[in-house]
Amino acid sequence: MMAERISQKTMPILNEPKAEPQTKVASKVLWRRFKEQAIHYFFFMNGLIAVIILVGIFSLLFTQGFPALKAVGLGDFFLSDHWDPTSPEKESYGILAMVVSTLMVTFGALVIAVPVGIACAAYLADVASPRVREIVKPVIEILAGIPSVVVGFLGIVVTGPFIAKVFGTANGLNAVNGSILLAVMALPTIISISEDAIVAVPQEFKSASLALGANKWQTLTRVTLPAAMSGIIAAVMLGMGRAIGETMTVLMACGNAPALPHSFLDPVRTMTATIAIELGETVQGSLHYQSLFVIGFVLFLMTFLVNLVSDLVLHKYQRVAR
Amino acid sequence: MKLKRNISQFVGFTILRLAAVFVILVLVFIIYDIASKGAKVISWEFITQKPTKGMTAGGIWPAIVGTFWVSLVTIIFAVPTGMFTAIYLNEYATQGKIIRIIRLAIRNLSGVPSIVYGLFGFALFVLMMNLGLSVLSAGLTLGLLTLPWTITASEEALKTVPMSYREGALALGATKWQTIRTNVLPYAIPGMLTGTILGLARAAGETAPILFTGAAFFWPALPSFPKVLVSQFMALPYHLFIMSTQHHEIAKVRPIAYGTALVLIVLVLAMNILAVVIRYRFRKKYKRA
Repeated sequence: MMAERISQKTMPILNEPKAEPQTKVASKVLWRRFKEQAIHYFFFMNGLIAVIILVGIFSLLFTQGFPALKAVGLGDFFLSDHWDPTSPEKESYGILAMVVSTLMVTFGALVIAVPVGIACAAYLADVASPRVREIVKPVIEILAGIPSVVVGFLGIVVTGPFIAKVFGTANGLNAVNGSILLAVMALPTIISISEDAIVAVPQEFKSASLALGANKWQTLTRVTLPAAMSGIIAAVMLGMGRAIGETMTVLMACGNAPALPHSFLDPVRTMTATIAIELGETVQGSLHYQSLFVIGFVLFLMTFLVNLVSDLVLHKYQRVAR
Repeated sequence: MKLKRNISQFVGFTILRLAAVFVILVLVFIIYDIASKGAKVISWEFITQKPTKGMTAGGIWPAIVGTFWVSLVTIIFAVPTGMFTAIYLNEYATQGKIIRIIRLAIRNLSGVPSIVYGLFGFALFVLMMNLGLSVLSAGLTLGLLTLPWTITASEEALKTVPMSYREGALALGATKWQTIRTNVLPYAIPGMLTGTILGLARAAGETAPILFTGAAFFWPALPSFPKVLVSQFMALPYHLFIMSTQHHEIAKVRPIAYGTALVLIVLVLAMNILAVVIRYRFRKKYKRA
């Protein structure tokens, strides 16, 4: 059938006088080539959009925030813990307290999420039967899908009161609460990426270890996990990036006191929470408005660096695994 | 010696198992707590009526409508852009510097905190482009946030289409675009949809990016299309936030907060399940082909 159709189409061209149809064919070919090129460029433009957005975010945050940096001064901005942009006497724009708060809840979250996450990943990759894996993996995906505002809500109604009871504080809205909730949110990231890393360890490594008489546990802890270490580190860093940038959970569950925290039982206000609380009330273009963009810029740089490093580690590690 | 080793293996594996059980229990607890307390307030009225009596009674219908409209704007922006980018990356691009930069940009975009998207959307859409606090501003902001996910998911889907499908078409003289249109996309689109729905499910639950791009405490009258696009709106996640932190009668609105949380979770889970179903059917069809 195919041959028939082709011959029907090509035959007339061969039989007809030469001049006209050939130019027709040529122009058709040209048009087709042009169209293909246009389509190619169209998709290329779409490909560039991600880059444009990233550069756009960077430059917008920078240009909006730069005047404040200049007016306040780098030292006052980063080394002072006094944040009081609406003070009637003298406004102050020190972001140290909120940087410390952010790092504190992030650290707390990692202390909980890293051991649990790696253990869970090791279980899924090395111990669990395929059937158990089929059940547990979607469960972890669902956990990743729980909106952060729901987690924050549970921080107010469940873990907060619980922490208040256990530690005898007035309310449980503090850094501990934030750490626990952020740990829950970082777990899916840490588990799924670590699991990938552990699964990617070549079978020969494990076989060699087992052949030497090591049992499965020794193989896991002394061969497989060390071999997967760079991937696991990348997973932890990605989880850390998520915890640093998380907004609603810390906004709702950490108490939001803009002072330098002294212990995990103090209420804290992170960088993200400060932006969320104050941006709605500022006048566009004011020093306060601009300084919130500086916080956003610092936040952007922090997560960018964390992601970049984990990306490089993952990349290197993938090459080794292959 | 051997016994000691076996004991340590047993203890070790038990710890790993407990970690997995712990993670599952966390999820079960979250779902159970929300479902058991939220179910008490869920009724036909709760879903279809407006809030009344200073938000202490009535339903959440406007928040559902608002979430719908914002998600629609997000889809219209993010889905085609994401698919086109993925087509470029997987079908057209050749390895090189530009590709590496694009990929790096996509990966880093997916790590940008949602509140930073909120700042960006506020400055760009609300102020510079003068769209104001609106469904449009919020939807576009969420669209930017979802873009890296839709790109990655679409690319994964394109990767699963075997090379031989393309080679077959090209060998018959089809152009590149014809090949993609007839032999690649039909097989990749279900997979693309799956990833896109997952991305949207996440976007629908996001609060930080809509905080200052258009979410409102209360929607007195629901405007119709197209006026709705330029109006402020209520959204489920924002409503939950307001109900649990900003309302002065916390105890009175707590059941409403639980009900809202349940509706939000059900919505997100339903989208997840839909994605899984599509993926499953797609795989089955694929095996036959």
